[in-house]
Amino acid sequence: MTALLRAGAFRAREIAEAHLANAERQNHALNAWLSIDRERALGEADAADVRLDAARRSGPDAVAALPPLLGVPVALKDLVSLKGGQATAGSRILEGYRAPYDAHITERLREAGAVVLGKTNMDEFAMGSSNEHSAFGPVSNPWRLDAVPGGSSGGSAVTVAAYHAPLAIGTDTGGSIRQPAALTGIVGMKPTYGRVSRYGIIAFASSLDQIGPFARDARDAAMLLHAVAGRDERDATSAPVPVPDDLLHLPASDDEAAATLRGRRFGLPREYFVAGMEPGSERRIREAVAALEAAGATIEDVSLPHTDYGLATYYIVAPAEASANLARYDGIRYGFSRRGGDVLADYVATRGAGFGAEVKRRIMLGTYALSAGYYDAFYLKAQKVRTLIKRDFDLAFASGIDALVAPTSPTPAFRFGAKLADPVAMYLSDACTLPVNMAGLPGVSIPCGLSDGLPVGLQLIGPAWSELDLLRIVRGYEAVTADATWRSLEPAELALADDPSGPTPAERAAAARVGTAR
Amino acid sequence: MALTRADVVHVAHLARLGLEEDELARLEGQLNHILDQYAKLAELDTDDIAPTAQTIELESILRDDVARPSLDAPTALANAPRRDGDFIVVPAIIGE
Repeated sequence: MTALLRAGAFRAREIAEAHLANAERQNHALNAWLSIDRERALGEADAADVRLDAARRSGPDAVAALPPLLGVPVALKDLVSLKGGQATAGSRILEGYRAPYDAHITERLREAGAVVLGKTNMDEFAMGSSNEHSAFGPVSNPWRLDAVPGGSSGGSAVTVAAYHAPLAIGTDTGGSIRQPAALTGIVGMKPTYGRVSRYGIIAFASSLDQIGPFARDARDAAMLLHAVAGRDERDATSAPVPVPDDLLHLPASDDEAAATLRGRRFGLPREYFVAGMEPGSERRIREAVAALEAAGATIEDVSLPHTDYGLATYYIVAPAEASANLARYDGIRYGFSRRGGDVLADYVATRGAGFGAEVKRRIMLGTYALSAGYYDAFYLKAQKVRTLIKRDFDLAFASGIDALVAPTSPTPAFRFGAKLADPVAMYLSDACTLPVNMAGLPGVSIPCGLSDGLPVGLQLIGPAWSELDLLRIVRGYEAVTADATWRSLEPAELALADDPSGPTPAERAAAARVGTAR
Repeated sequence: MALTRADVVHVAHLARLGLEEDELARLEGQLNHILDQYAKLAELDTDDIAPTAQTIELESILRDDVARPSLDAPTALANAPRRDGDFIVVPAIIGE
């Protein structure tokens, strides 16, 4: 797209208008967007066209010096602050809130010339694995409209999968970028903790949250990551680690890309092939591993023995941090407010009416885990087990492997309502992703085929700061599977989203609930 | 160590969450189901293990104590649900 823009084959305005048209036509059926700002987007696109025209007149050097994302549309998860725009984090409690400043990544996207189309739907405060926990209704998966897109960044994933935007921003606390990327058949990366500043992002669990890109392929993901990564003094956890400019230069030719797989060593963690894994998904993962092997890589069995403790550890640490972060929603300074009588009653009433069921569940878990008498038994214990989980990864990488290869999700997209009644079953959806957040490592999910017509995601996990290397491996895998039939398949039910009289995701979800009740 | 209804009410109070009767009933069941899963961690001996709160090695970052521009008052107050000029209005706490 950038090459076509620079050559003048397309105008930034045309590209923005085409994506906006898809988004506006299909949002009724997909509910992926919470707000679309056509006027702002077209203004940014026009500004990009002015710069593109001027650079073309000045010559090739001026064109080459243009920022990498100039004129490229991007969708932002609705917990990213965009000055003057809404930022609901999918919650009633932030309805009507307007961000008073730009997030660090919003500033960086502006500098890179990106055109922000709008804000995407998400599980409330990024808590969820299905995007059924948004106060503004569920999001549909374009591969099967009565199935979930995964969460919590489900809206962002769907904007890319459904061609509403070529790039989108998500956040990943326990798998919230990788899992929806897997379930919608696109690329989604969670960078190393500290790689991207979280300044201006509505917080969920601060020691786990990380911002990352959604894209159609490795090169696009690398460009978006390059645009937003790097040290920012306003986030004390943003690390002073250089961002490799080679992210902008992943191999263009398939031959060159495939060659980077030769001699690689990949670890296959046996604990990630969990009991109850959907057989079709497991087959696709094994085929992907075989493709890497056929390209000249060696595959080694590895063990991450504490994987099984990841779920319990995560569901102590994340709710504990969430209960602290969400204490700021008091109905006094911003957002939704309900009167109860005195200050305390206002606080209690506002939070009771403003938060949804999943957020309340996690605040309760977190408050309990941190409360007097239980801190050592729950929170401290979990932080110690976290050390063991991290150590498993450290030992695996110390043995010299380049990356771990694993499933992203034990199952493809499931139907609306299938796991809503049982929080533990829902939490298991993230069993393969959340150990990576516990250890702060980078991980990426990439499409590797379909099971029963639904996308399957392959997860690659690398040592800290190995994003460039991971994306080179992804680019290599894309090259060796370039001719695979599944690569050319479009989301199967996307065309159905064009029907303006068709049901909304909320209506589909309600119908599914009636179905399960029978 | 199962949570009773009274425990759930107490935790809700600590969390400043107003919950309806049906929510309390549902949470009692769900929280106990989730807490059962936590029991798994007791299998591990962690006596000699240091806790991890932070996964990357970060140094404390200090900056010079210099005043810098911040949000102006109208911007900072723009989202407040109840305002009186440059003040946020809350119910009276003292002097009633």
